Amino acid sequence: MNFTDMLITILNGTIIFSTPLILAALGGVINERAGIVNIGLEGLMTIGAFAAAVVTIWTGETLGLPGWMAPYLGIIAAMIAGMVFAVPHAVASIDLKADQVVSGVALNFFAAGFALFMVKKLFEGAGQTTTVQNVFTKVNIPFLSDIPVIGPGLLKIYPTSYLAFILVGLAYWMLYKTPFGLRLRAVGEHPRAADTVGVNVRKVRYLAVILSGGLAGIGGGTLSIAISSNFQHSTVSGHGFMALAAMIFGKWHPAGAMGAALFFGLATALAVSGQVLGLTAYVPSEFLNALPYLLTILALAGVVGRAEAPAASGKPYEKGSR
Amino acid sequence: MQTSRWNAILVPVLAVILGLIVGGLLMLLMGYNPIVGFGSVFQGIFGNMYFIGETLRAVTPLIFAGLAVAFAFRTGLFNIGVEGQFIVGQLAAAWVGAFWTLPTGLHAAVAILVAMIAAGLYAGIAGWLKARLGVHEVITTIMLNYIALFGANWTIRTYLIGASERSKDILPSASLQAQWLSDLFEGARINWGLLLALAFSLICYWLLMKTTTGYELRAVGFNPHASEYAGMNVSKNIFRAMLISGVLAGIGGATDVLGVNGNMAISAGFTGIGFDGIAVALIGNNNPFGVIFGALLFGGLSFGADNMQRVEGIPTESIQIVISIVIYFVAAATIVNWFLGKLRRRQGVSQK
Repeated sequence: MNFTDMLITILNGTIIFSTPLILAALGGVINERAGIVNIGLEGLMTIGAFAAAVVTIWTGETLGLPGWMAPYLGIIAAMIAGMVFAVPHAVASIDLKADQVVSGVALNFFAAGFALFMVKKLFEGAGQTTTVQNVFTKVNIPFLSDIPVIGPGLLKIYPTSYLAFILVGLAYWMLYKTPFGLRLRAVGEHPRAADTVGVNVRKVRYLAVILSGGLAGIGGGTLSIAISSNFQHSTVSGHGFMALAAMIFGKWHPAGAMGAALFFGLATALAVSGQVLGLTAYVPSEFLNALPYLLTILALAGVVGRAEAPAASGKPYEKGSR
Repeated sequence: MQTSRWNAILVPVLAVILGLIVGGLLMLLMGYNPIVGFGSVFQGIFGNMYFIGETLRAVTPLIFAGLAVAFAFRTGLFNIGVEGQFIVGQLAAAWVGAFWTLPTGLHAAVAILVAMIAAGLYAGIAGWLKARLGVHEVITTIMLNYIALFGANWTIRTYLIGASERSKDILPSASLQAQWLSDLFEGARINWGLLLALAFSLICYWLLMKTTTGYELRAVGFNPHASEYAGMNVSKNIFRAMLISGVLAGIGGATDVLGVNGNMAISAGFTGIGFDGIAVALIGNNNPFGVIFGALLFGGLSFGADNMQRVEGIPTESIQIVISIVIYFVAAATIVNWFLGKLRRRQGVSQK
C-alpha cells in the first residue's frame, strides 16, 4: 500500500467513524446549552440504531420499496424514535425536577433493554436483526470525487456523513444567529433571567431535549445501516458516552464537538486500519485501540484544561426560585 | 425527620412495585404471561439452594461496584470508570494470585491489597486530573475504562497467559472459595467475597457518616463553594473520593478473580458490572446499606431473568426494563412523594 492509498484510507475512515459521534454530540450540545444534562445519549443512539435497522429491513425487504429508499426511511425512523424516547427524560428533568443524571441512566437501561427485547421478539429469539440488505452506500459525486486524495478520501462517504456536517452548520446558525438560539442559551445559563424577560423556559427545554433525541437517534442509525449492517447488543457500545466526551472536549460548541468527534474518528480509523496499514508490525494492536482514549486524556490535561459547563446545566428550574 | 426517613425507604419500594407493574404490562402487551414470567424469575432466584447461592455470587461484585459509584456520588463526582477500575482490580489479583507464592490466606489478602492499591491509583488519575486541572471526571473515567480494557488484554496476552485466551490460574493459596459455603449452597460459586462485601458496606457507612473525613466528603459533594469557604480543601477531597471509589471497585474485581473464576479472560468487551453499579447505587440512594438492597434487587432480578428466558422463552431484557423503570421512579421521586402525600392526606381526613 503506497502513501497516498494510506492517506485516503485514514481520511475516509476518519469521516465515517466520526459521523455517529458528531450527530450525537450535537444533540448533547443543544441539550446542555438549554440546561439539561443528558447521560442518556447512549440509550437514544441504541434506540436509533434499532429503529433504523428494523425499518430499513421492513420497508426494503418486506414491503419491497426501492432499495435506495429504504435506508432513508430507516434514518427518519431513527430520528423519530430518538425524539419519542427523549420525552420521558424531558418529563423527568423538566416537570418532575428529577436528578437528570439518574434519569439519563434510566433511559440508557431502558433503551438497551427495550431494543433487545423487541429484536428477540421480532426475529424469533435471535440476539440480533437479520443483515440489512439496503444499507447506505457511499456517494460518488461526479467530478468532485475524482479529485486526487480529497475526492476518494473526504468526498466518497455515506449520505449520513454529509448530513452530519450540514447539521453542524445548522446547529451553529440556530444557536448563535437566531432568537430561538439566544433563548435556548439564556435558559441554560440563567433560566430565572430568561423567564423574567418572557422566555418560556419549560417549552424551550422540552424542544431542546426532543431535538437532541432526534440527533442522537440519527447518530445511532448511522451505526446500524451505514457503518455496519445489523443491530445487536454491541452496535452502540459506548458511542453515546464518547459523544458526551466529544461534547465536553468541544466545550459545548457545535464546531468544537465536531472537532473532537473528528479526532476520535481519526484515532479509530488508525486503530481499525492498523492491520491494513501494517502498523501492527510495530505496535501491539491493543495499544492502537487504546490510543484514541489515551490521546484524549493527554489533550484534555494539556490543552483544554478547565471546561465550564453552561451554568444552569443539570439544575431543575422552578418558577419563582432564584 | 420521621417522614423523610420513611420516604427514603418507601420511595424505592414503591418504585420497585411500579417497575414490576410496567414490566408486567409490557410482557402482557407482547403476548407473554407476566405472572408466569415473574414466577420463573422468582424460581430462578429462590428455586433451590444452588440458585440462591449463585444469586448471591452474582450480587457480590455488584455491591462493590455500587459502593464505589455511591462513594464518588456523595462527593459530587460521577465515576463512570468503575468498570475500568474493576478490570484493574481483576488484573492485579490475577497477577498476584498466580505468580506470587505466599501462605494460604495471606496470599488472598495480599492479592486483594494489591488490587485495592492498583485500582485506587487508577481512579486517582481521574481524581487528580479533576482536582488539579479541572478535567471533567466523566470524560477521563470513560477513557480510562477503554485503556484498562485494552491494557489488561495486552498484559494478559504478553505476561500472564495460561490456557487459551485467559490468564494463568491462581494458586490454591490465593483462593477465596470456601468449601463449606459452597457445600451449603449445593455447589454454587458463592465465596468469602460476599462477606467482604457486607463488611465493606459497614466500613463505608461508618466512614461516610461517622468520621470527619466522611463529613468533609459529603459537604464537598453538597456544596463545593460553601465547603471551600468553610476551610475545606475541595481538591484534596475530590482526589480522596476518587481514590476510595477506585479501591472499592478494585476489591470487587479481586473477589471476582479469586473467588469465582480463578483467572481473568482476554475480553472483547466490558464486564458491564461497573455500569450496573451505577444503577445499584441509584436504587440504593447512594447509601451504603441501600447499595446492598440495590445489589440484591438488581443482581437477583438479572440472575432470575436467565431462568425466565430458559424456561419460558421470555426475553431477559424485560427485567432490564423493570430495572430501568425502578431507576426512573427513584429519580422522579416527586411522583412517588406526591402519591404518598395524597395517601397521607386521605388518611388524615378519614381519621378526623
